[in-house]
Amino acid sequence: MHKDEIEGIEINLLLEAIQQRYGYDFRNYARASMERRIRQLCRSIGCHRLSEMIPQLLHDDSFLEGMIREFSITVTDMFRDPFVYRCIRQQVVPMLKTYPYIKVWLAGCATGEEVYSMAILLQEEGLYERSIIYATDFNDIALEQAKEGVCQPGRLSDFSDNYRQAGGSGSLSDYYQISEEGCVFKADLKKNITFANHNLVTDSVFGEMQLIVCRNVLIYFDKTLQERVLKLFRDSLAFGGFLCLGSRESLRFSTMENDMRVLDEQAKVYQKKVP
Amino acid sequence: MSRPRFIRRRCLKAIVVGASAGGVQALDTLLSLLPADLQVPLVIVQHIHPAEDDGLAGVFAHRCPLVIKDAEDKEEIRAGTVYFAPPDYHLLIERAGTFALSVDEKVNYARPSVDVLFESAAHVWHSQLLAIVLTGANNDGAQGIRVVKACGGTTIAQDPATAPYAAMPQAAIDTGALDRVLSLEGIGEFIRTRLRSMKS
Ligand SMILES: C[S@@+](CC[C@H](N)C(=O)[O-])C[C@H]1O[C@@H](n2cnc3c(N)ncnc32)[C@H](O)[C@@H]1O
Repeated sequence: MHKDEIEGIEINLLLEAIQQRYGYDFRNYARASMERRIRQLCRSIGCHRLSEMIPQLLHDDSFLEGMIREFSITVTDMFRDPFVYRCIRQQVVPMLKTYPYIKVWLAGCATGEEVYSMAILLQEEGLYERSIIYATDFNDIALEQAKEGVCQPGRLSDFSDNYRQAGGSGSLSDYYQISEEGCVFKADLKKNITFANHNLVTDSVFGEMQLIVCRNVLIYFDKTLQERVLKLFRDSLAFGGFLCLGSRESLRFSTMENDMRVLDEQAKVYQKKVP
Repeated sequence: MSRPRFIRRRCLKAIVVGASAGGVQALDTLLSLLPADLQVPLVIVQHIHPAEDDGLAGVFAHRCPLVIKDAEDKEEIRAGTVYFAPPDYHLLIERAGTFALSVDEKVNYARPSVDVLFESAAHVWHSQLLAIVLTGANNDGAQGIRVVKACGGTTIAQDPATAPYAAMPQAAIDTGALDRVLSLEGIGEFIRTRLRSMKS
């Protein structure tokens, strides 16, 4: 048997162990990048074989935390892909304005940059006061950071560029205060945001949303899991509600294609059809 | 080397290419040297500024008879097609012969990174992979070349003397894991010969 095939078995066993021992299910994550990170973790802790991590994982709770940190890629930006935010302003906001109140779900929000971007957009469009934003992730450490809403000053110039390109009407600095820890988003931007742990693999619908944003999360899942999660989103959306995916994700080839119409092909914005 | 291994090694399943500064020109030349009936997929990481979000496929589409496109997540990889990694995403190969994208941290300050593509391709195609490092001003691809070689694949770098930016092919050479160092014309010839030998 080829060495890579044996490693494939080791990885299956490792993922099985995580699932049985802790309930986190990574078995349907896209395999190539998973393997890359497992190999990396293995090297960094000085294990010679992938399966050597299994006993550690089974008997040492703290090992799981490191593993989740490794598996949950929290790389994110404010106003990532500015054209997407422009599209939301131009095509989604006018329709959201017809609702008395709005529920927005940001799934896989990582350290929160996307959440604060959306809060700023809603504030500038006069919608924030009647919005509730649910910001969820399965990574508690990332969620904690998101809640604090601290932004590293070094990243602000890129974020400000993005903000302007995204159609921002003021200046990004209107929204944060400089403190010792860095730049902290102001309290009135946070007041309608609820941060919560939600695992897209195992948890279910928790409310009826007008807008769901889930970007750059589905690429980490295999087709089976993508389908499950897309179904969860469809079932969580009000009729006429909107779904926004990552720039390289889409509903194409999914069975959800019939329930949703394409609002903007490039920005990957979809609308749930009214029956 | 025993005979069966030689035959297996001669059979090629895929070509991966990494390029950075000066790469657009180099790729233009390289693509023009490829046979119109390319029997394998060609997968390219060319470093590019993420803001140029139109992607590279459009740049080359009209200059080459082959199908040229951006690689899509979960897409089935086909022979005779040239794929580019989309800007700001890493491109990986799944064992099932499909693409996967990720927004993992940059590697060697780059996303897409040549190392990420080469390493994942090496674990899928093993000895049936050909990996090529072209011009560039950094050392992305060197680690990938090591892994391709360790998995039994064939490795080539553009001759630094012929590359507008020598650092990247030089870093690949410095790994000691290269099979050939060739000019672009030499690389084109190597590919054509290797593919011809598969037909016979
Ligand atoms: C690359 S980040 C995307 C961040 C942001 N949406 C963006 O596009 O900039 C992916 C996030 O998905 C989260 N994630 C991965 N698997 C998840 C799951 N099963 N349930 C919830 N979140 C998950 C990770 O923890 C990570 O924070």
